[in-house]
Amino acid sequence: MRRLRPTIVIWLALAPALAVVGLLTLASLAYGVAQSAGALEVNGVSRFDASAYVDLLAGTSPGAREFWPSLVFSLWVSAAATLVSSIAALLLAVALGGPLARGGSLLALNANLAFPHLVWAVALGLLLSQSGLLSRIAAALGLIAQPSAFPVLIRDTYGLGIVLHYVTKETPFLTLIVLALLRTQGGAYTLVAENLGATPWQRLRHLTLPLVLPGLAGGAAVVFAFSFGAYEVPALLGVRYPRALPVLALEFFTNPDLNRRAEGMAISLLMSLVVLAVVVPLHMLRERENAAR
Amino acid sequence: MSRIAQPARALASLIRGGARSFGRLVLYALLIGPILALGLSALSARWFYPQLLPREWTAAPLLRLLADQRTAEALASSLLTAGSTTAIALLLGVPAARIIGLRRFRLRSLALLLLFLPNVVPPLAIGMGLNVLFLRLGLAGGAPGVVLVHLVPVLPYTVFALLGVFERYDEGYEQQALTLGASPLVIWRRIALPLLGPGVAVAALFAFLVSWSQYVLTLLIGGGQVITLPILLFAAVAGGNPSSIAGLALLFAAPPAIAIALTSRALGGGAAQVGQQY
Repeated sequence: MRRLRPTIVIWLALAPALAVVGLLTLASLAYGVAQSAGALEVNGVSRFDASAYVDLLAGTSPGAREFWPSLVFSLWVSAAATLVSSIAALLLAVALGGPLARGGSLLALNANLAFPHLVWAVALGLLLSQSGLLSRIAAALGLIAQPSAFPVLIRDTYGLGIVLHYVTKETPFLTLIVLALLRTQGGAYTLVAENLGATPWQRLRHLTLPLVLPGLAGGAAVVFAFSFGAYEVPALLGVRYPRALPVLALEFFTNPDLNRRAEGMAISLLMSLVVLAVVVPLHMLRERENAAR
Repeated sequence: MSRIAQPARALASLIRGGARSFGRLVLYALLIGPILALGLSALSARWFYPQLLPREWTAAPLLRLLADQRTAEALASSLLTAGSTTAIALLLGVPAARIIGLRRFRLRSLALLLLFLPNVVPPLAIGMGLNVLFLRLGLAGGAPGVVLVHLVPVLPYTVFALLGVFERYDEGYEQQALTLGASPLVIWRRIALPLLGPGVAVAALFAFLVSWSQYVLTLLIGGGQVITLPILLFAAVAGGNPSSIAGLALLFAAPPAIAIALTSRALGGGAAQVGQQY
């Protein structure tokens, strides 16, 4: 028998947590919109218009010419990282034995997860730069003669280093999600399919994929949202031009020129809109699949 | 099973074994490569280019780093902010997760949506938006403000982590004990703690990690007054001495790595199930 509690107890328990998260998030959005409209100028001049957005989207102010290249750059980096790590996670989970994966593999996956992004980016820099450990190994093997012969993987124009960072960091994260899904619901089906003579490819295509896709879509949404909004990694592993949107936004925001500040705020709000546009459909896909099951 | 030709089955199991070894190899290389690069850089002096391994091994930069006053202060500051954030997140998160996990009520999905909101707004936008507000409230530039802003990503993360714990919890045990005349203290000690304790501990661990690795929020609200380890590390990267950068990175990464390795068995896929980054 479950005791019926009055609604007021429910909301008393929820209120503190919801108030802290809700008030701070909504206040930051409200202050963000006000700042991007120029309403919170410190020197007394207050306005409320969309000029920061117009300047950004039309590229009319000098700094804002970077906006479109940065948007394309960030979209490319996040989309590539999300897609590659999702596919790699699926393959890795299957290769590790699916529901049977355990012990050392799980420990290694969790240990990778434990590294903060900042540390991982520093380590990748030391590993993959032109004078990094990998380049030294290549030199020792006689593959290259000097550092400049090693491909530019870190601080390159195409953001390969940033993509590589997110792929190496997010593949273990998504692999753990896939493995958890396979463990809770995959074992028996696999056995049946195997007994019925399904080839490994058929099992992957018709069994594993439909089983994990909704959960994987949710994980991919997290990866996209994070990689699109994170400042540390592109700041450490990126070049001066094109810069990722978060790097551009923070630099504009800390600029003494107050118009730049409004533009920086506007960029970060536009970033939130992009994340929203990607995450909501992926989550709806997951909910629909879960409901249909 | 016997219908399948013997050689074909042998080949299939060979391929499966090969794939598993390859998967493991990729996984371990991914983990060992960066750690090796960090470790070698931290423990070397004058490691010039073609040298595969440093000629001169030395712990001097690492020891100097550990003896540095700024390192100690940053470590203390990191522990203080992450510790306080975790404590508050548990204090507010446990009741909320218990209600959301065990009850079905009107507007439940609204509560979940509100908690999901910080996942779609990048921390950068949160920090930039709250920067001016916290300046006006006098919360910028101090540890309380930093803890408060850390709660924006940490608290929802904690609630979602605890939600899984409470969804597997049967309140019936508590009611049964109550009927049998157990006091609230006994119920807490003999039922709630053993059943919920491990899950809450894991949630606390990850809440700590999320706060521990914040950079942008600390920077935007701390305004250079609250120097945590990530702030110090980022400044060191700009300054550019490889061995002190690597040493600082190791110091920053060691506590979470050790904690996760020790609890790995209990975790399973715990970290990923919550589905957030830190």
